[in-house]
Amino acid sequence: MFFRYLSRELRRRSRQALVVSLGLAVGIGLVVAVTAMATGVKQAQGTVLHSLYGVGTDITVTRAATGDPPTGGFQVGVGSDRQRISRDRVLASPGQSSFDASEAVTIAKLDGVSGAVGGLDLSLIHLNGKLPSFTFPGQGAARTGAPTAQSSAVVTPGELNVSTSSVSGVDTTNVSIGPLSATRLAQGRTFTLSDAKRDVAILDAQFANQKGLGVGDSITIDGTSFTIVGITSPSVQGAGSDIYLPLAKAQTLAGAKDQINTVYVKATSSKTIATAKRAILQADPKATVSTSSDLAKQVTGSLSSASNLATKLGSWLSIAALLTAIALATLLTIAAVGRRVREIGTLKAIGWRTRRVVGQVMGETLVLGLIGGALGIGLGIAGAWVVTKVAPNLTATVSSAQGFGGPVGAAGGNPFSRTISVALHASVTRSLVATAVGLSLAGGAIAGLFGGWRAARMRPADAMRQVV
Amino acid sequence: MYELNDVTKRYGNGRGSVDALAGVDLSVGDGEFVAIQGPTGQGKSTLLQLLGGMDRQTSGTLMYDGRELGSLSEGQLTRLRAHDLGFVFQTFNLIPTLSSCENVETALVPLRVHGSERRRRAEAALAEVGLAHRAGHLPGELSGGEQQRTAIARALVKEPRVVLADEPTGNLDQETRDDIVGLLEELWTTHGVTLIVVTHDDLVAARAPRRMRLEAGRVHEELPMGA
Repeated sequence: MFFRYLSRELRRRSRQALVVSLGLAVGIGLVVAVTAMATGVKQAQGTVLHSLYGVGTDITVTRAATGDPPTGGFQVGVGSDRQRISRDRVLASPGQSSFDASEAVTIAKLDGVSGAVGGLDLSLIHLNGKLPSFTFPGQGAARTGAPTAQSSAVVTPGELNVSTSSVSGVDTTNVSIGPLSATRLAQGRTFTLSDAKRDVAILDAQFANQKGLGVGDSITIDGTSFTIVGITSPSVQGAGSDIYLPLAKAQTLAGAKDQINTVYVKATSSKTIATAKRAILQADPKATVSTSSDLAKQVTGSLSSASNLATKLGSWLSIAALLTAIALATLLTIAAVGRRVREIGTLKAIGWRTRRVVGQVMGETLVLGLIGGALGIGLGIAGAWVVTKVAPNLTATVSSAQGFGGPVGAAGGNPFSRTISVALHASVTRSLVATAVGLSLAGGAIAGLFGGWRAARMRPADAMRQVV
Repeated sequence: MYELNDVTKRYGNGRGSVDALAGVDLSVGDGEFVAIQGPTGQGKSTLLQLLGGMDRQTSGTLMYDGRELGSLSEGQLTRLRAHDLGFVFQTFNLIPTLSSCENVETALVPLRVHGSERRRRAEAALAEVGLAHRAGHLPGELSGGEQQRTAIARALVKEPRVVLADEPTGNLDQETRDDIVGLLEELWTTHGVTLIVVTHDDLVAARAPRRMRLEAGRVHEELPMGA
């Protein structure tokens, strides 16, 4: 009787049932789509942060540069062909100063720290090409180099190319923390303990492709030839270094023996990150300690805008739509119950208990809520699909000068920041679907409670009303 | 069955109050067929509501089967209506979305009669009022007389001790009116229920062995014809 009566009543008031269901569907659809987008943005943020300083890394420790930025010159004019030049210059990353490698060992022993490894992030400037030549009339021979002040010369322009690459010195004792943990191995192998003193390198896939290099080839950096043992891909476009070397080799290239400029720290759990940060700052007050949440605050760009949009405007919009839908459902239900005064009065007159009558009204609204919820989840999934399909890649810009411990990227005009591009995937999770079902039932229940309250207040004597 | 002593019913407070019943004294025995007549607005429906446990008197005593109805809780009144009392309304009051048989079944819902037993009893009640062939029809597909027959079946299916009918022929044409009154009379005879009919129709009232007149909120017994 309950379900028969319920389904026939809904069919009788099908137009109103449709309005209530669609109202709830729009509200719930918005909640699902916006939450899916917010989840997607959060995942994108997580991806960006992990790509910046590794999946296994919870904290990075750096020190801000105190002196002049690193400088250096190229010595030219040596060798058989005095006009041709191919030189490398390895510099420490700007904005960061290096410190003793023992700091990583000290940090590893602190409270809340599960592991810590040192890293050295460097910039490799490669100069390649032909110097300009100067011809002095009457001398019959070309001279290269600085002309004397007294002579006038004919200058033949040279061709010089300057390219910058990022180099990361990696502690080969533990590659699960640090820059390599942010990448995926595409070919070859990663570093092992025995690579610590060997001239081996791992290259970023895009960089290797540009240079036409692969596993087994070698790359020469500042006169040292490194055998390429692996090719990696960054987890997101724009992240990671171009070249990864064993830490000791990077230190030799930079002339910074036993020096590092970043400590990658893994906390014992996500709850101990704050404890670990305090302990590190206590042990080394000069350190710049960045946790993932600190880094999240430094992220700017469209990813940050999307995050704000999804969490602020989107959340409020969807909550407002849902509340409006529930209010609409409630008003329509109260009005519908009001039109059934004689019917409900009759049921009470023939002995139906108030609880049973209220249950009947609530059953109807709960079914409407479930229909609205199912439609809403469908709308939300469709919305999330559309967002995923049409949403452009989000970019995240992180300033490296503010404590970001990663290497300086080549992308972007500002050498102290890097811009990372990540695709937005609005994801509808099971828990989100469960929440949507819960919300739809809650919406139906609220409307039913008000409708039921109206029905409960009706008297059996209402059965004898002449005009309804 | 019923003992009413100086029963009043007042609606509203202060100067705007209306006395629908102004001291009703009435005694109805078990198995009686009583017709209560009176002009519109004289308290007939109010009296029926009090007798049916749908409302409470303002003062006086209203005993049903030795129990004071005014002192019963809402739950006790609901149970009383479910078990002991059958109602027939002027406007039939059928649920428009339920078939004739399902409407009859609604009276058995509070008695916790389920499934095939409920169906069987509802069909039997419909057969008794001559509507077995219309069991599957919705109220909208039935004539006024058929709808009232369905309502009578709904009142009788629970085998009540009292049937209270409020203007049962008020919305029917003359021919159908006679049918319905005949049916009520027949059921009163065969089932032995106490039948109290409120009507303004003299022809309907004339069928009752005992007639009352309700005027200015008071009941006056009318002597039987020829007495």
